[in-house]
Amino acid sequence: MFDVGARRDVSLAPPPRAAAAAAPLLDVAGLTKRYVTRDGTLTALDAVSFGVAPGEFVSVIGPSGCGKSTLFNIIGGLVGGYEGRVAVAGASIDGPHAAIGMVFQEESTFPWRTVQENVAFPLEIAGVPKPERLARAAHFVALVGLAGFERRHPAELSGGMRQRVSIARTLAATPEILLMDEPFAALDEQTRVLLGDKVLKIQQELQQTTLLITHNLTEAVQLSDRVIVMTYRPGRIKRIVDIDLPHPRDSDVVGSDRFGRYVAEIWHDLREEATRGIEDSEAQARRGGPAA
Amino acid sequence: MNDASLRASPWPARAVGAGSLVALVAIVEALLRAGVVNRFVIPLPSDVLAAIPRVVAEENVLRRFVQTTQEMLWAALLLALVGVAAGVALHRYRMLKLACETWIGAFAAAPIVLAYPLFLVIFGRSAATIVAIGFCAGLPAVILKTTEGLGATRAVLVDVGRSFRLTPRQQFRLILLPAALPTIFVGFRLGLIFAMINIVGVEFLINFGGLGQLINEMAERYDLPGTYAAILFVVLASVLFFDVTERIERWARRT
Repeated sequence: MFDVGARRDVSLAPPPRAAAAAAPLLDVAGLTKRYVTRDGTLTALDAVSFGVAPGEFVSVIGPSGCGKSTLFNIIGGLVGGYEGRVAVAGASIDGPHAAIGMVFQEESTFPWRTVQENVAFPLEIAGVPKPERLARAAHFVALVGLAGFERRHPAELSGGMRQRVSIARTLAATPEILLMDEPFAALDEQTRVLLGDKVLKIQQELQQTTLLITHNLTEAVQLSDRVIVMTYRPGRIKRIVDIDLPHPRDSDVVGSDRFGRYVAEIWHDLREEATRGIEDSEAQARRGGPAA
Repeated sequence: MNDASLRASPWPARAVGAGSLVALVAIVEALLRAGVVNRFVIPLPSDVLAAIPRVVAEENVLRRFVQTTQEMLWAALLLALVGVAAGVALHRYRMLKLACETWIGAFAAAPIVLAYPLFLVIFGRSAATIVAIGFCAGLPAVILKTTEGLGATRAVLVDVGRSFRLTPRQQFRLILLPAALPTIFVGFRLGLIFAMINIVGVEFLINFGGLGQLINEMAERYDLPGTYAAILFVVLASVLFFDVTERIERWARRT
């Protein structure tokens, strides 16, 4: 079911521009998603198109209600009934695909399994014998910095550690594309920045193609080669910003002037959309409907 | 004492539990001796303890204990098989759940033991009648808690399974069932409580079988210490079953 063979060669990440120039591994073309509500048809996504090159780290950022989670679920194959096309390495996909590994916003470890058993889960499904899968799981547990916690249960870990278990579990399936939906949303700012470091290190070490859905500006700039800015409802691509910060990168970059300029530039685009989102929520609340 | 230290050594908690029980018995003994409570209604706890060897020697307690335990075991097996399967079916088929959940809930509150003449007509004056009534009494709790446990599985865990492309069978075995297991066992224990109460009650009512019949005979003789001593054996059987279910639950969670 999964390619659980050897990992791809480990080397430093290529310059982002070079990665962006390569043929996209993930291709999203003309994605439109509409929901029928009691107030009429709601267009969550409208003609969204972008590509993610092999080894590239791309973030999608936008205000609440811009369809980020819908985009995550469509690319992950959990939501159907859309117009447009999602393709991996040129082949259209429909439904969950072995090439895409998903990390969810909500805490998603299995509480009845130990850390190691959680991480070994995709290998168990793939039919890898127990001693081998536990050994491989130990490798991914160490990769996310949780060596020594293999026999602990999620209830014994902090929120940040549990999210790292989720990331390790997804990586253990060796997906070609790592798809993450605000995985650090529930964490405090310091933990978020430090976990960002960890994710970046793993991404660079594994040359992992990654698409991150987030609403956090610093996280998007810290981690990404490109940031896709979405408009508020309907979700359209407003702008794509290339982040030309040096690699390998860590959280020290947060203090640099260039980092600040990128954040200011993206915030300039985002502010208008976020304001529209808040105004829309308030208008709906005044009408007695659900807030956006 | 915090949770971690309690997990490391449960003995202090057990000592407090046993101590509180001894204290309660001592209070009852004192109230009876002081004449606050009538000794012709409730016997002295010391007399009950003294009656145990007599009841064991003269009333064939071991055979009766085994008989009641066997009836419980059959009821428990049927509850596990039929109750959990029915709960899964209700979870799986929404129409079935909408159609049946309410009356199964009402069935849980029904005094099924009062329908014992019907069961006597169907199964005769036999252990089958007792097992059937115990099973029927415990069934709604197992069905409802199984359905509740499966339905309460967090959607994100199901999505994790979908993202790993699990088959429906794998989704059930690897995610839904383990997630629901604690709630299923709560239902199973509740079902066992109802089954036990009804099994002993029917043994008492139809004067057949194990410990319930013994309690009936002792009560007929107005042997109050003997009656309460026999009730202690029912409590012992109950403790035994709860201990076994806890061990099964721990094993099931590990595997």
